[in-house]
Amino acid sequence: MSAPRLVCEQQQGAGLLLRDAQALDPRAGVDARLDVRVRAGEVVQLASALTLSPEEGEEVVDADGRLLVPAFFDPHVHLRTPGQEHKEDLHSGTSAAAAGGYAGLLAMPNTDPVLDSAALLRSLYEAAARQARVPVGFLAAITRGLEGEQLTEMAELRAVGAAGFTDDGKPVQSAGMLRKALQYQRLCGGVIALHEEDPTLSRGGCMNEGVVSAALGLGGIPTLSESTMVARDAALAGYEGARVHFQHLSCAASVEAVADAKRRGWQVSAEAAPHHLLLTEQDVRGMDTRMKMHPPLATEQDRQALVAGLREGTIDCVATDHAPHARDEKEVPFEQAPMGTTGLETAFAALYTGLVRTGALTLGLLVERMTAGAPLFGLPAATIAQGQPANLALIDLEAGWIAGEFGWQSRSDSCCFAGQHLHGRVLLTLAAGSVVHREPALSPMALA
Amino acid sequence: MKHLLSIEDLDRDAISRIVERARRFAEVSDREIKKVPALRGRMVLNLFYEASTRTRSSFELAAKRLSADVVNFAASGSSVEKGESLKDTVLTLSAHKPDAIVIRTPWAGAAELVSRWCSAAIVNAGDGKHEHPTQALLDVYTLRERLGGMDGASIWIVGDVAHSRVARSNIIAFQRMGASVTVAGPPTLIPRGIEALGCDVRFTLDELPSADVVYALRMQHERMSETWVPSLREYAAWYQINAPRLTPRQLLMHPGPVNRGVELSGEVLDSPQAAITAQVEAGVVVRMAVLYELLAGAHAPAPRRRRADAPPRDGEQPSAGTDEPDAQVTTLTASTRGAR
Repeated sequence: MSAPRLVCEQQQGAGLLLRDAQALDPRAGVDARLDVRVRAGEVVQLASALTLSPEEGEEVVDADGRLLVPAFFDPHVHLRTPGQEHKEDLHSGTSAAAAGGYAGLLAMPNTDPVLDSAALLRSLYEAAARQARVPVGFLAAITRGLEGEQLTEMAELRAVGAAGFTDDGKPVQSAGMLRKALQYQRLCGGVIALHEEDPTLSRGGCMNEGVVSAALGLGGIPTLSESTMVARDAALAGYEGARVHFQHLSCAASVEAVADAKRRGWQVSAEAAPHHLLLTEQDVRGMDTRMKMHPPLATEQDRQALVAGLREGTIDCVATDHAPHARDEKEVPFEQAPMGTTGLETAFAALYTGLVRTGALTLGLLVERMTAGAPLFGLPAATIAQGQPANLALIDLEAGWIAGEFGWQSRSDSCCFAGQHLHGRVLLTLAAGSVVHREPALSPMALA
Repeated sequence: MKHLLSIEDLDRDAISRIVERARRFAEVSDREIKKVPALRGRMVLNLFYEASTRTRSSFELAAKRLSADVVNFAASGSSVEKGESLKDTVLTLSAHKPDAIVIRTPWAGAAELVSRWCSAAIVNAGDGKHEHPTQALLDVYTLRERLGGMDGASIWIVGDVAHSRVARSNIIAFQRMGASVTVAGPPTLIPRGIEALGCDVRFTLDELPSADVVYALRMQHERMSETWVPSLREYAAWYQINAPRLTPRQLLMHPGPVNRGVELSGEVLDSPQAAITAQVEAGVVVRMAVLYELLAGAHAPAPRRRRADAPPRDGEQPSAGTDEPDAQVTTLTASTRGAR
């Protein structure tokens, strides 16, 4: 079966000299002050800091000891195309990714129409080739129309380039249905990514069930709505020898279920989102609809279990579940609001501020977990190495900013971190060899 | 006080102040001309997204007794049915420059949202299953009239706590006034985590005789989308407040409308222990006090000069309840007074 395909608009391969950067690539064992030369979109030279001199006409970026990392990969974003372009489109969503230091994305299929046919996937690749700032791949639906009743033509979708399958936004409620998809995976490959939720437990809920939901009179979703399904589906994957990936884990019990599956040697992986790693149900007290997401923010104990899971590797990667909604859709009472927050533009800064600066994670580990999504889905991980395409992010760790103060690249301003004081600003992003994001202060004119 | 959004925003003094003012307004209800010009020229907009008889009419009556102009806006038969959002509706209605908007919606937090969208004083008349602060105030008023004070009183709130905004507001308000609160009901209708509000939780009525006040809740059929109890018959068998369960010294309350024969039996509903009509009557005077507080109170202090239209001061009007020797007589007084 063909390899998953990521596509973006054809851009000019960058040529520049990044001088005196603190290069950090845990996967390649790089942690040093380096000069990095990029030519025609490829890293052509790595050398000790301040040893390379610019060539004729070459742009020089003085990193001045700022952090240079492999650009991030997000295996879970909603680009809302086709059908909901008022929330986001391929251009705005990938621009948000570029601003957040990302060089690769996997978009979810819960669009309108649902991405459940090869014809639609082909047309999305064509659109991405015209509009996407950074390379985008797609997960196709497991079941037609996300209705949980009939498998999509998984083999054909894989042949066109789908990175895997998911019914994200909805669970595959029927164990029998999911089992068929897992069996069929032997033919077509592709990771099966699972949004875990038992609708019979979550129905009527709009936040975590607990002291806050009781106080606010909001319907609660117990965390076992997720964790029981994680346990069930891990067992199915183990039985079928299938490869599954658990999306947006939100609670301690789910982390335990994944850890247990990994101990048994089952082929499971898992992701967690910045909001679940940093926020709790207490942040819902003000009924701010930006704090409404699926799965809901849980307790501090759950949050700590997620951070520990990320640190220990039970959770393999960070995924933002970037879920943009239009402002008027979110400017409604909490119960009426759609679930979801944006995440691409704040993920690194929020996690660096909330977890690295507080000592919960090392910077190297955070970088590893923010780039690990690609290999989980059979794609090459970005790296800082000679002869590799330039997928790089230059970050000023000391730069403080207020999330949202410079506006958003995303079409949506509904971000759960908006207004928070964050550290760590992405100054420059190279994706697939091109400069896709540049802070105004780093423009060639300003540097000249 | 700019808005009344949640009972949580009111401390004990603020609750007492509103209740005291309501006592003074009670005199107005006894006049032949039931009106004072305190809010003359002011506009009160009733914006109701849910069916309501007593709350809406008592707000309307309260505003009219204070001589305010009242506009009623019901969601059915309006632009809301044509798909207009809450925000757009509020912005449109704001163009009429209401001084206060009384709002009821099926959505938690809606009143607070509305308070950010317009300059009018907002009164939360019920937001989903979250809060119903004026109900809590009128219940405090009724309890004060009946018990004198609430310090040390044991109040049991019985029934469908999960779907009840009245329960949530009252758990907070009763404790703030010095009472202890126990909630009791079927485990499926007691939300997990409710004890964080400071109340005790019981799943049977075995200890009900220890209560001074039994506050029964309405079984909220209209807010239930699935089965929460096996049957209303079984619910009634375990949780109905009836003559055998109610001891003679206990006061019985209910926010209405009552499902006769479900949460309350007919005989207790009609007994002198029931303060339910007194609660309804309190609704008008308490809502007068709330509107007065918001539109003529702290923000625009009442005129210093004593005028004929000012609410009577403390002590000028003997209140309905505190002077009465026992609960039975009070009920009769309260219920006949309004009809006079």
